[in-house]
Amino acid sequence: MSGHDASGHLHVSPESKAPYAADVLEKLHVDAAEVISRYPQKRSALLPLLHLVQSVDGYVTGRGVSFCAEVLDLTEAEVSGVATFYTQYKRHPNGDYTVGVCTNTLCAVMGGDLIFDRLSEHLGIGHDETTEDGRITLERVECNAACDYAPVVMANWEFFDNQTPESTIGLVEDLRAGKDVAPTRGAAKVCTFKEVSRVLAGFEDGRADEGVGAGPASLLGLKIANDRGWVAPGADRNGSHSSQADGKDGSK
Amino acid sequence: MTDTLTPILTKFWDDPRSWTLATYERHDGYKALTKALDMEPQAIIDAVKDSSIRGRGGAGFPTGMKWSFMAPPDGGPRYLVVNADESEPGTCKDVPLMMANPHALIEGVAISSYAIGCEHAFIYLRGEVVHVYRRLLRAVEEARAAGYLGDNVGGKGVKVDITVHAGAGAYICGEETALLDSLEGRRGQPRLKPPFPGAAGLYARPTSVNNVESIASVPGIILEGSEWFKGMGTEKSTGFGIFSLSGHVTNPGQFEAPLGITMRELIDLAGGMRGGKKLKFWTPGGSSTPIFTDQHLDVPLDFDSVAAAGSMLGTRALQVFDETVSVVRAVARWTDFYAHESCGKCTPCREGTWWLRQIMNRIENGQGTQDDIDKLVDICDNILGRSFCALGDAATSPITSAVQYFREEFEAGMHTPAHELFPPEKSVLFDVQTKESSGMVSA
Repeated sequence: MSGHDASGHLHVSPESKAPYAADVLEKLHVDAAEVISRYPQKRSALLPLLHLVQSVDGYVTGRGVSFCAEVLDLTEAEVSGVATFYTQYKRHPNGDYTVGVCTNTLCAVMGGDLIFDRLSEHLGIGHDETTEDGRITLERVECNAACDYAPVVMANWEFFDNQTPESTIGLVEDLRAGKDVAPTRGAAKVCTFKEVSRVLAGFEDGRADEGVGAGPASLLGLKIANDRGWVAPGADRNGSHSSQADGKDGSK
Repeated sequence: MTDTLTPILTKFWDDPRSWTLATYERHDGYKALTKALDMEPQAIIDAVKDSSIRGRGGAGFPTGMKWSFMAPPDGGPRYLVVNADESEPGTCKDVPLMMANPHALIEGVAISSYAIGCEHAFIYLRGEVVHVYRRLLRAVEEARAAGYLGDNVGGKGVKVDITVHAGAGAYICGEETALLDSLEGRRGQPRLKPPFPGAAGLYARPTSVNNVESIASVPGIILEGSEWFKGMGTEKSTGFGIFSLSGHVTNPGQFEAPLGITMRELIDLAGGMRGGKKLKFWTPGGSSTPIFTDQHLDVPLDFDSVAAAGSMLGTRALQVFDETVSVVRAVARWTDFYAHESCGKCTPCREGTWWLRQIMNRIENGQGTQDDIDKLVDICDNILGRSFCALGDAATSPITSAVQYFREEFEAGMHTPAHELFPPEKSVLFDVQTKESSGMVSA
C-alpha cells in the first residue's frame, strides 16, 4: 500500500512503479505534448500533467512521477515535491468518487460537521479514506466558494448545494449503485475521478453547456433588482440593455 | 443617487444559457473590445486609472496603477495573469461569475492584455470547480472562433491568446507570487518582494496579476466610460462590486451594488436574520478580515470606511453568524484552516499557526489555561507583520478581533467546552432532532 508518512514524503508501492503498457504510454506522450504546447515554458505543464497522470492511474503513481520528470526534464524529486504540496493530488489509490464535505467554519456551523460525521459513520471511513468497494473517498474540504449554498458537498468537484445528512447519504448510495447523479450546479452527471482529472488537465469533455448558469442564491440580488426596477446608471429600467451604450458604441 | 442594487456583471445571469457567446453578444458583449482596439493602449490604461477602480481580490490596490507600474516594454513578453483561485473562506463571487458569465472575464482579458502589451494571458483557476473550468475552456474556444482572441483580434492585427490553467488545491496560490510559482510548475510558495510581479513576474517577465472581478469590470469602464463607473460607489471606493451574503440570514445570495452599501441594507434585502434570531458576528471580507459585530451594521462597505472601523473590505465575503454560534468554535475552525494551508516557507506562519491551533483547540474543548488568551494574543503579535506573506497576518485577524469583542467566551474556554455553551445543532439549517440516535449531536 502506498501512502505517505508523517514526514510528508511520497512513498509509492512497487506496483505503482510498473511500466505503462506501450499503448497507454504512447497516448500519454501525445496528450503531454498538447499540454506542454499551451505554455511558453514547459515546466508550467507540470500541474496539468499530474492531473493527467491521475486520469490514467487514479492517483499520482511512481510511474506517473517518472513520466512527468522525463517529459519535462525534471528530477523525480522535483516532481514529487510538487505532487505532495497540493491536496488534489492523491498519494494512494482514490475511489471513483471523491465526496468532500465542506467543514470550513461557515459550512461546518450550518451543518457540515453533522453531515461529515453522519457520512463517516454511514460509510465506516474517515477523512481521506476509501470504501472497500473502491467507490467513495471521503474528505473534509476547505471553503469551495459556494457559501451562499451552505452546507455544501462536492462530488468529484461538482457542486451539491444546501445539503443535509440524508441528501448526502442518498448521494453516496446512488454513486455506489452506479446511478447517474446530477449535481445542483454542474454537468448533467458527476463524472468519475479519472474522467474529471482529464478535464482538469485541460481536455474538454463536451459538457460545458450542461447544467444551469446560476443557482437561485446567485440570482437573488438580480431578482430583487428586477422586481424593484433597480438598474445600473444608464441602463434601461425596462430591463433591456442601455440605449446610451448603443449610441456610444463606435463613436469612440 | 444610484439605485440600491446595480446589476452589471450579474445582469443576465438568469438567461437560460447565460454562459454562451450568443447571450453575451446580445447584451453588448465584445462591443467594448471593438471600441478598445480603436484606442491607443495607453488610453485604455488611462481610462482604467481614471475610473479609480481598486482591485476586487481583497487588497484593493488600484488596478490602473498596477498596470502603469509594470516595467516598460523591452521587446520581450509581458503577461496578464488572472487570479481565479477564489479560496478565501466566505468568498463566493468569482466562481458564480465565471460559471454564469465567463465571457465578461474573457473580454476583460482581451482588452487588458491589449492595454498592457500582453500576447499570452493566463487564467489561474482553482482546481476544485470542474464545471467552471469547462465553461472557461469553452468560452475561450468560442471567443477564438469569433476572432475575439487569436493572432488577429478584431481584424486589427492584435495578438492575444489565453491559457486557462487549473490549480490543484492550495489556498496559498491566491497570493499573487505563490500563484506565479504554481503557474511555473512549482510548489505554490510566495516570493520575496521586491521584485514585484510588475518588474519580474511570470518567467521573470513584467506581469500584472489581477482578480477576476477587476478584469471583468474593465469592459464596462471602456464602453460606458470612467465617469459612469465613478458615478457609483464612494469617492475613494468607486464603482460596484458583488457582495456575497452567507450564513444565518433568511435568504443568502449575491448582491451587486455600489461600494458603500451597508450590512444593515444587505441583511434587509436578504430577508433579515434566520428565524428572527440576533446577529452575533460577521466577516466583512472573508475569514482573513477582523470580525465585526452588530455595532458595525451601518459601516459603509467601502475600503476606507471598513478600514477605519478596524477591519478590511477584502472580497466582500459577508459571513453572518447568529447568537447560537460559539465564536470560539468558529475561530478555532478558521485557525485549523490557516495551519493547514500555511505553505511552510516562513517560520512565524508555519510554527505560529501550529501553536495557535493547539491553543484554540484547548479553549474550544474547555481545557484552556489561565494564560492561554495572553499567549494567543502574544503569538499573534509575533506573526503579524513578520511573516513572508499575508497568510500569516490573516491567521491572526479572527483571533485578535474575536478576543477583542468576545473575551468572555475565551475565558469560558478555561472550564466549559464550546459545544456545551453553544450546542452546534442549534446553528444548523436542517432538523437534527431525528438524528439523536446517531450519537452525533449528543457530545
